[in-house]
Amino acid sequence: MEGYLALAVKAIFVENLALAFFLGMCTFIAVSKKISTAIGLGISVMIVQAITVPANNLILNYLLAPGALAWAGFPDVDLTFLGLISYIGVIAALVQILEMVLDKYFPPLYNALGVFLPLITVNCAILGGSLFMVERGYDFGESVTYGLSSGFGWALAITAMAGVREKLKYSDIPDGLQGLGITFITAGLMAMAFMSFSGVKL
Amino acid sequence: MGLRNFFDRIEPHFEKGGKWEKYFPLYEMVESFAFTPKTVTTAAPHARSYIDMKRIMTYVVLATIPCILMALYNTGYQTNLAIAEFGPSGWRASIIEFLRIGFNPANPFANMMHGLMYFLPIYITTLVAGGICEVIFATVRKHEVNEGFLVTSMLYTLILPATTPLWQVALGIIFGVIIGKEVFGGTGKNFLNPALTGRAFLYFAYPAQLSGDSVWVPVDGFTGATALAVTAADGVQELAAHGITWWDSFLGFIPGSLGETSTVAALLGLAFLLMTKIANYRMVVGCLGGMIGFSLLLNWIGSDTNPMFAMPWYWHLVLGGYAFGLVFMVTEPVSGSHTNLGRYIYGALIGFMVVMIRVINPAFPEGMMLAILFGNVFAPLIDYFVVQANIKRRAKRHV
Repeated sequence: MEGYLALAVKAIFVENLALAFFLGMCTFIAVSKKISTAIGLGISVMIVQAITVPANNLILNYLLAPGALAWAGFPDVDLTFLGLISYIGVIAALVQILEMVLDKYFPPLYNALGVFLPLITVNCAILGGSLFMVERGYDFGESVTYGLSSGFGWALAITAMAGVREKLKYSDIPDGLQGLGITFITAGLMAMAFMSFSGVKL
Repeated sequence: MGLRNFFDRIEPHFEKGGKWEKYFPLYEMVESFAFTPKTVTTAAPHARSYIDMKRIMTYVVLATIPCILMALYNTGYQTNLAIAEFGPSGWRASIIEFLRIGFNPANPFANMMHGLMYFLPIYITTLVAGGICEVIFATVRKHEVNEGFLVTSMLYTLILPATTPLWQVALGIIFGVIIGKEVFGGTGKNFLNPALTGRAFLYFAYPAQLSGDSVWVPVDGFTGATALAVTAADGVQELAAHGITWWDSFLGFIPGSLGETSTVAALLGLAFLLMTKIANYRMVVGCLGGMIGFSLLLNWIGSDTNPMFAMPWYWHLVLGGYAFGLVFMVTEPVSGSHTNLGRYIYGALIGFMVVMIRVINPAFPEGMMLAILFGNVFAPLIDYFVVQANIKRRAKRHV
């Protein structure tokens, strides 16, 4: 249990996907204008992440890894070269389902997220989560924890970013930096504040 | 009234159509520094208060005076102590020898003078380097240079170690002023504390000199661990073996950054800021509560491998930059939360974070600076949730 807790804290704060690895920047920058939308997108990413990482873990361990197909009578087959394409496939399918669910049950959020909802498919934070899972060799329980908490970390980062950006509406930014420029600077400064966790060993 | 006449005489040159129209911000800066700002709101809805920005900023600078005096005295004292052992070195020592002041650590005047030798170059570099950026931005963007920079430069100087090379000092304040403040539009528009942004920049860019593992006594050959590093390695009880008592740290006679060693000087400043209502007591209460609560919790949990867990809250209070940060950085109104309930939460978050970084994160011995920056990032979000909760509560009342 303690191991899971340590993993969760590490995924949320120390190795925050957005502010330590700078993954998922396009949506992080584009959908952080309003706090309410940012929370919605954060929750969506969290859900997608929490389902895809364990799902990909199962696919890896029972279909792709060397010797994983022993149950089907092929103990020598190694399908890891199909890894990337299967992870993307899982992610794309899940995002489609999520999109339909949101359209049906939460239309305001669906409209607010707009094109960025299908874009979760190509959000590098999501694929990054699955690839980290493979690289670090998480088992199923760890994948569930990691998926949930890394998604939460990303959601936390985008919500904080939206908060800062709502505050920055009142500032007087030089012409050349308005819009994306100042947002990148803000993200960099936030990453500096998040460095307070770097080096924590759990 | 000679000065007033002088200003009145040259003013037309700086106004619209005058020959030095471009340099109006510069003129305005000098004039409002000498007199009170004359721009007064004239449109109907406004509240009148005796407190304007110039007064707020000047009061904060006044509140740092105990810390400055302590910085001068303690820097000189620590240096003279080390010189007694290792002998004088460097150009500062040559000047002191030339002036025949001597290096006796028991002589307060010698300590003050030697401290001044370290304080002044850093402060002047800060003022010049930061001031140039500030004036360029003000001239190009046509806003005013205001007293905010005086506060930023003073606080920045006080949180630097005496051993910082002057080019690093300049680099840090330039980063702080431009990226921390001016790109957002100047005083009052930033979301991070500019002085801390500059300090954090140096901290991460030059960790070898500025991270706070070993002490900053500016004498060749002197090495030693800071109080926090000692505690991290061996626990609080070992501090006595290194000659650090609680009262020493409370009064400020330990090696450390220029102005942040003395808790009592910071508390004097706090009393002044609270009395004049510049600082909001809610943030201070929240920050103390968060720090005391979390350190008590960690004391109770305990740990066999990490002696920092056992560090009691009254040691957290006096070591490192906690007291200084609490008084001058946490209470800063711009980058903190703006709602009353939010201020308690904001303070508590910082108090929690500082103990977290000191105790749980082995990479950084000191955490006040990073904790405050972290608090700054979440301050707007805290406000948002407080306001939303308020809206919900009131909406329920009027269904």
